[in-house]
Amino acid sequence: MNLTLKIWRQKDAQSKGKMVDYKVTEISEHMSFLEMMDVLNEQLINTGEEPVAFDHDCREGICGMCSMYINGEAHGPDRGVTTCQLHMRMFKDGDTITIEPFRAAAFPVLKDLVVDRGAFDRIQHAGGYISVNTSGNTQDANAIPISKHAADEAMDAATCIGCGACVASCKNSSAMLFVGAKVSQYALLPQGQVEATDRVRNMVAQMDLEGFGNCTNTGACEVECPKGISLENIARMNREFLSASIKG
Amino acid sequence: MSGFFKSSIGRKYAMALSALFLMFFLLQHFAINILSVFSPNAFNEASHFMGTFWVIQYVMQPVLIFGVMYHFIMGFILEIKNRKARVVKYAKNNGAANSSWMSRNMIYSGLAILGFLVLHFIDFWLPEIETKYIQGDMSGLLADGEGFRYYEELTHKFVNPLRVGAYVLAFVFLSLHLMHGFSSAFQSSGVSSMRKQKLQAFGKAYAIIIPLGFIFIALFHHFNH
Repeated sequence: MNLTLKIWRQKDAQSKGKMVDYKVTEISEHMSFLEMMDVLNEQLINTGEEPVAFDHDCREGICGMCSMYINGEAHGPDRGVTTCQLHMRMFKDGDTITIEPFRAAAFPVLKDLVVDRGAFDRIQHAGGYISVNTSGNTQDANAIPISKHAADEAMDAATCIGCGACVASCKNSSAMLFVGAKVSQYALLPQGQVEATDRVRNMVAQMDLEGFGNCTNTGACEVECPKGISLENIARMNREFLSASIKG
Repeated sequence: MSGFFKSSIGRKYAMALSALFLMFFLLQHFAINILSVFSPNAFNEASHFMGTFWVIQYVMQPVLIFGVMYHFIMGFILEIKNRKARVVKYAKNNGAANSSWMSRNMIYSGLAILGFLVLHFIDFWLPEIETKYIQGDMSGLLADGEGFRYYEELTHKFVNPLRVGAYVLAFVFLSLHLMHGFSSAFQSSGVSSMRKQKLQAFGKAYAIIIPLGFIFIALFHHFNH
């Protein structure tokens, strides 16, 4: 496949970026999108140009590092996959592919396609955990009875890899799917109940502080989420937040 | 509850609650208006009751005005905040791939409805307030004293085809707004059953039937008088 790539190039966080056109040739349809980017970067290095900076790590859809906005969609046109799992067979020979970083005021661009998703870490630090005294006589979590339904729903929420596709896809750059998933994975389990009130209040407060937009229920986040995190998690977070606010 | 309504989720609840109230009001408004098609007398009686009963006039009417204003003002505030949350726009964005046109353009359908409400207030609400509270005429009777004035006023308004056209267009936008707004209000309220087919089907039916009914009423009076 021969392709034209329109890629966002930005020297650093302070510089103004722009779209730059590149040509890549002899791309196999069996390559992953990131392998295609590797080919482009080899080409750029060989010609003495600065390679395109992009985030990646595990390249198997687990780490949540890759974060490209491809042809107007987070992680590209395929469903239920991250950019590293996107294959070039989704494109046609001669295509022009637009590649941009995830856009949100809360995700500032650091360089080219790399964005700072530290806002997610700070939200997690605000309450996305349970406190367990590990003094040596901690109860085995498996000894606590949990209904199959609750366990399944908690596991579904916990599959969020925090990639930020929800924020990137949302027209309002809202982080509510991410925060909803992180609140839900604990709210559904007995271990999460003890700190439930503080957790949702603190995580929502941090989310608001980071400058994410408000959710208007377009559902774009759910469609583009590589892990299929459901909007039900946002509804659950809303209920948790209302309940926590009433408790005071 | 301190700070609840300043938080992003608190505002979602407030938008949803005001929307649910407005949707209930719309249903009640439609129920009375449709009487004008079947029975002018019943329409006159119902209109007189709504226009003179103190609970409606002094309790529900201020709540309604507050609800409308809150929904619009908060809608604008949230829109401005949401736009600030993405300073640099995408060079290429395929919104249609993951969301409906209605959900992405609530601000524009909302603005169209706001424009209609201004026209509607000038057409009906302001003359009504003037007659009742400035002239002090609470009788609801025609100038010659022969029966109630409400049906005559309604039919008179729908003679002008331009006004009828504006009403029809506004109700199309209302339908588009409700197509997303109905289910969105339940999702924001944290109703987990939002995704159940019945509630969604009911929402779609509401979003089509109510605006279509209002369009029918406007056209019916235009072509029958």
